[in-house]
Amino acid sequence: MAVDDGLKIELGKQGVFVTTIEELYNWGRKNSIWPMQFGLACCAIEMIATTMARYDMARFGAEVFRPSPRQADLMIISGTVTKKMAPQVVRLYNQMAEPKYVIAMGACAISGGPFKQGYNVLKGIDRYIPVDVHIPGCPPRPEALLHAFMTLQKKIDEQPLTGEGRPRHLDAEAQSEFPVPVQGEHDLEPASNKGVWTVPVVIR
Amino acid sequence: MNTSGFVQEKDKREGWNRPPHIEPDGEGELLEVAMGPHHPSTHGVFRMDVALDGERVIRLKPVFGYLHRNHEKIAEGIGYLGSMPFTDRLDYMCPLTNNWAYALAVEKLTGQQVPERAEYLRVIVGELTRVVNHASSIGFLIQEMGASGTPLMYAFKAREKILDLFEELTGARMMCNYMRFGGCRVDATAEWLAATRKVVAGLPKFADEYERLLRGNEILMARTQGIGILRPELAVNAGVTGPMLRASGINYDIRRVDGYSIYNRFKFRVPLGEHWDVYDRFMIRLLEMRESFGILEQALKEIPTGPVMDPKAKIRGFRPKPGEAYGRIEAPKGELGFYLISDGGPNPYRYRVRPPSLVNLTVLEDMCLGSNVADVVLIFGSVDIVLGEVDR
Amino acid sequence: MKTVEEIKAAIETAIPGAGVVIVPNPSVSGQHSLRITPAHAVAVATFLRDDAELSLDFLSNATGVDWPDKEVSEKVKITRTVTKTVDGQEQQVEETVEETQKRVVPGCLETVCHLFSVSKGHGPVVIRMKTANRTDQVELPSLTPIWRSAEFQEREIFDLFGIVFTGHPDLRRLLMWDEFKDHPMRRDYVEPDDFEYEPTAHDEVLTRAQEHQAKLAGMAAGQEGAGA
Repeated sequence: MAVDDGLKIELGKQGVFVTTIEELYNWGRKNSIWPMQFGLACCAIEMIATTMARYDMARFGAEVFRPSPRQADLMIISGTVTKKMAPQVVRLYNQMAEPKYVIAMGACAISGGPFKQGYNVLKGIDRYIPVDVHIPGCPPRPEALLHAFMTLQKKIDEQPLTGEGRPRHLDAEAQSEFPVPVQGEHDLEPASNKGVWTVPVVIR
Repeated sequence: MNTSGFVQEKDKREGWNRPPHIEPDGEGELLEVAMGPHHPSTHGVFRMDVALDGERVIRLKPVFGYLHRNHEKIAEGIGYLGSMPFTDRLDYMCPLTNNWAYALAVEKLTGQQVPERAEYLRVIVGELTRVVNHASSIGFLIQEMGASGTPLMYAFKAREKILDLFEELTGARMMCNYMRFGGCRVDATAEWLAATRKVVAGLPKFADEYERLLRGNEILMARTQGIGILRPELAVNAGVTGPMLRASGINYDIRRVDGYSIYNRFKFRVPLGEHWDVYDRFMIRLLEMRESFGILEQALKEIPTGPVMDPKAKIRGFRPKPGEAYGRIEAPKGELGFYLISDGGPNPYRYRVRPPSLVNLTVLEDMCLGSNVADVVLIFGSVDIVLGEVDR
Repeated sequence: MKTVEEIKAAIETAIPGAGVVIVPNPSVSGQHSLRITPAHAVAVATFLRDDAELSLDFLSNATGVDWPDKEVSEKVKITRTVTKTVDGQEQQVEETVEETQKRVVPGCLETVCHLFSVSKGHGPVVIRMKTANRTDQVELPSLTPIWRSAEFQEREIFDLFGIVFTGHPDLRRLLMWDEFKDHPMRRDYVEPDDFEYEPTAHDEVLTRAQEHQAKLAGMAAGQEGAGA
């Protein structure tokens, strides 16, 4: 039985707090996301600037940047992912414990960015791991990163606990570890993970 | 030119410039650890394969390439001016000095003249970049020592003020893309100059506060004095430049040696180190920051009016005549040079970046052998590298 | 500082038969270079570093350049004896004919080094070394024993161009991973084809992206045909 907002406010004035388990669970999760200290390139400097005094990320609950992937919830891929680094990124993602989220920060992490014509540049980290939020920009301003963070918080808030669309850590069949690419003679093998990334069809 | 206190050792021994050989003094095998590429205190994606005997480092081999974005290959297809935004992303802590080095190299190739006001503007933004870089570098070094975040917060406080100035002038906080061949892209207004004067007037107070908090700190002194000694003759032979070279006592500042741009008009001192260790490098950066304040005050006082772009400069259809040129500047990290070979077409035939960080890393092994693992982190922090430049 | 001609004279006095050639630089920068032969490179470099006047103790920049094979077509005058009828009689006449002949000038790989002097404050002195060809004779002597700063830069030249430096203490790839087989900065390097998705493609990238899309459409049609 759903309680409408007017009734909630009235009850709140009387000192009675009505909510659902889902709301409470997600509220706790979204306000204590611990990012992993993972800066690759120039976007990392803007990420550090976001945690500094002017654009304070601590007020969102994300102050504690953990160096170890085992203790982190969020991986902010900030910077160009090269083919030499890609296996390590996927390995780190596999080592993170569920629930885990990925923000692709900057043009390079989304699709290779300005360095797209690169024999060593991976054209987007979403070829191998699933990405939750993409932030365009080169580098995106700290305010953009905060906006992405709030978008992620909204996404977590809207995840139901049962049924379709529940988060991966409550779903026994969901895949949470992805195969690590191997560095071959001319390129990474495989060039992309077909289960995670399908080639977008361009309609002109 | 006199380089005080430096005598070149014409040592004819085989391998005098090779890393020393350390004998492990324990029993058992060496522990081989890979520090990186994901590591909280490597400034980016950098890996060091160390072989340890207990806590002592016996062998250290750096591995990079994790950020190799083939900037040089892209430049061969994108034209001279098209490479300018890419130079921003080389040393991403100091984009404006990268632009300056590239513009200087192309101006050497074509013989273009830069108007006076543009030179003054270049010096102003260049020295502001130097302040940002040195403050952040000290902040990162202290953070690796365990002061998690607080000195860096002070440094970034000053940095944010300077980035506001950059944003007002060039349109972007970081990737400014401001210099052109023959001058600067846009002119600075009188309001911007007034705002810059105000910021620069507040910078010595920031430096005083920063220095007072750190300089006499016992932990800092105990952990950095006597660590990571780099002999002057090895520093010169290994191509080390920038604050690392001056901390080893060699008086070589490209602003003085080459006298590029209008640096001959400014009075500034070049600090030198006496003990060649990590503490010297840290102090050199603090002192150079103060010298930059002096240069900024002089430049802001003397800046003339006039155009900011050479009127004869060709923006579209820019095809320099065949030939080659090597242009270099004193970037905050060392000698940043660009080597260009032109074949008369719109794209350079060969475009090469001489990265200061890569060449400064040559002696990392020498400095770290025999010391503890915790000192490796500090020594590495005092070299002050940035991976965008090492890997390009 | 000495001019290029004086430096060349000084080298040839110290090391007779060194075979130094001046390569003029047509641009305004005036940085002419000296081409040295691989056989004498180590001796010349040691002289440049230890000479009292030059004292070039600082190797700033070492880089590689790729000069690919060039096809040259030139007009050549050939004199041939030809049978011709002159005044009704057959005679052997010499004829000079201009023909265009094509030949391939073999390319090479080149190393360029910029030397400065920290003790004297002058520079740059530019020296160059060429390999014999681009395919099998790609060895050059390493300058690392003389200037340590060449260590990482020569490894990078080996990685990206393929020049093998003899005498280098640790010649491995620097920027690419060890299993990588190509030398990417060469002019004839073909990049791996992962341009499947290009929103604003143009020129050759557009053709490649269209080929990819056609392949995908063909595969989808094939699957539908198989499923139906």
